[in-house]
Amino acid sequence: MEKTVNQKAWFLVLPVLLLVAFSAVIPLMTVVNYSVQDTFGNNQFFWAGLGWFEKMLRSERMWDALGRQLMFSGIILAIEIPLGIFVALNMPKSGFWSSFCLVLMSLPLLIPWNVVGTIWQIFGRVDIGLLGYTLDALGINYNYTQDILAAWVTIIVMDVWHWTSLVALLAFAGLKSIPDAYYQAAKIDQASRWKVFRFIELPKMMGVLMIAILLRFMDSFMIYTEPFVVTGGGPGNATTLLSIDLVKMALGQFDLGPAAAFSIMYFLVILLISWVFYTVMTNLDKREG
Amino acid sequence: MAKITLDNLAHSYLPNPGSEDDFALKELNHDWDDGAAYALLGSSGCGKSTLLNIISGLLHPSQGRILFDGKDVTHAPTAERNIAQVFQFPVVYDTMTVHDNLAFPLRNRGRDESYVAERVQEIARMIGMEEMLRKKARGLTADAKQKISLGRGMVRKDVNALLFDEPLTVIDPHMKWELRTQLKQLHHDFGHTMIYVTHDQTEALTFADKVVVMYDGRVVQIGTPEELFERPEHTFVGYFIGSPGMNVIPARIDGNKAYVNGSYVELAQGYKPLDGKVEIGVRPEFAKLSQTEGLPVKVRRVEDVGRHKIIRAEFFGSDIHIIAGEDDHISADMNRVTFDPTRVNVYANDWRVNGEAA
Repeated sequence: MEKTVNQKAWFLVLPVLLLVAFSAVIPLMTVVNYSVQDTFGNNQFFWAGLGWFEKMLRSERMWDALGRQLMFSGIILAIEIPLGIFVALNMPKSGFWSSFCLVLMSLPLLIPWNVVGTIWQIFGRVDIGLLGYTLDALGINYNYTQDILAAWVTIIVMDVWHWTSLVALLAFAGLKSIPDAYYQAAKIDQASRWKVFRFIELPKMMGVLMIAILLRFMDSFMIYTEPFVVTGGGPGNATTLLSIDLVKMALGQFDLGPAAAFSIMYFLVILLISWVFYTVMTNLDKREG
Repeated sequence: MAKITLDNLAHSYLPNPGSEDDFALKELNHDWDDGAAYALLGSSGCGKSTLLNIISGLLHPSQGRILFDGKDVTHAPTAERNIAQVFQFPVVYDTMTVHDNLAFPLRNRGRDESYVAERVQEIARMIGMEEMLRKKARGLTADAKQKISLGRGMVRKDVNALLFDEPLTVIDPHMKWELRTQLKQLHHDFGHTMIYVTHDQTEALTFADKVVVMYDGRVVQIGTPEELFERPEHTFVGYFIGSPGMNVIPARIDGNKAYVNGSYVELAQGYKPLDGKVEIGVRPEFAKLSQTEGLPVKVRRVEDVGRHKIIRAEFFGSDIHIIAGEDDHISADMNRVTFDPTRVNVYANDWRVNGEAA
């Protein structure tokens, strides 16, 4: 049979192309466009080449923000992943209380970012907040608007409160998929609780944990609203994470060129780290097989 | 090694069992002799696995006691019972090598490494996996994984009993035969008490000294393969064992005659009047087609299965199977069937009734 050639089929792809163009390609290209030009207002632009990139790479301010960002993501991952697994391991496996826990744990995930920020901003205030007032009454010096450590602790605890549930839910799904026979065999083999975790539960959860780590890394690396609402990046620049800095630069100072260059590098860093992480994990998986 | 005693044992998965129907395992008293090989045979859902899990301590019975050599272990944890169990679906520790998988139960009991290495080698030879000891268990095929599970079950020498829960379901047919032979060999060499759960009668009959047949949560007969074949105590045993199973025909018993729809069949013994559902059971092997004698049948189909012929026929509206020799000629005018009177069993309410000498 002869193959019919019908070029009209391309039209069927068109809606998707348009959608992707408007949602991703065009905005990204606008940023690329800004990143290689300079402007002094009046909508007049001048070619700047890779100047902004060079400038940003030499900017101490950006490196500091990147350092803070890495520290933030590192700390919350180090807390949320083990804590999420721990919670999942101790949740009831079935029945009413299991559903109850699942609903309870989904609640923080349903709260909008700026509301989370506002809740913690008020919660931590020394004059009216429950947490801040209590700590103050106990004689602990806690003031997230002045003390760097207090500010960091606040935004980290806030993130842990907001997102540990996600890790726990994913880990729980992984645990639920383990057939009973594995636990029974482990009992017969007299494996200790630790060995059951190490050789059965952890390997079976690896897939979902990888997704959890990736999601939490990307999300935390892009975090903006919550710390901005709570600390506004302060005290000083102590909690100015990458996106907070970016917004300050782009909208506060209206340095479109540097901010655009910054955005592109920011995007590439996330892409790079995620890719490295994913490749390493999948290769580990294959090598073991 | 130990004698395992079940004392008034019963189990229900419901928290407050009421009627007998609520019990997955009905009341049971039985001794598993030390060093014997048993097969636990029955269709799916008849309580075989429940019984096995109670013995190994994975499940605690709702009532009754379980004793190892007279010592009550009803509430003892699995670890204390020192039992090995192999499950239907392969359980391997994915991230470990084959060697470490096999060594796992020994290492958990703190055996020294030289003993572990020696034992693992021995078992690896037995299951034919010496070449693969250094490989990770993750990438292996299902039957290789199941062989590891079997190996892990056999690696400890000092176990009280070895329990197998349909372990060969996922294994290739030729390997099945080989592994079963090795299990028998192992039993012969070390004399462990072995309980082998299966729904495959060939497997049960070839493996075990004694076969325990279960039906609907109840043990209906315990006996040698021969006894199960010749004197099924329950119609289920007759139907479940044999290929095809025993013919069960509703009948009315009067003395040493069984009446089926007005015609009668001779019995070797006389019987007292029986109440309830009365049936006679005849194995297809002991029924014979004939041109002249016996009761009328309508032959539907003759299947030549090699060693013999299976005749499917209609007998007073119900199906009946007859086995004829390979060389027997079946002609179109053979429309009567006779039964060997000494081989006809009588059942009242599904249980076999003993006759009196005629």
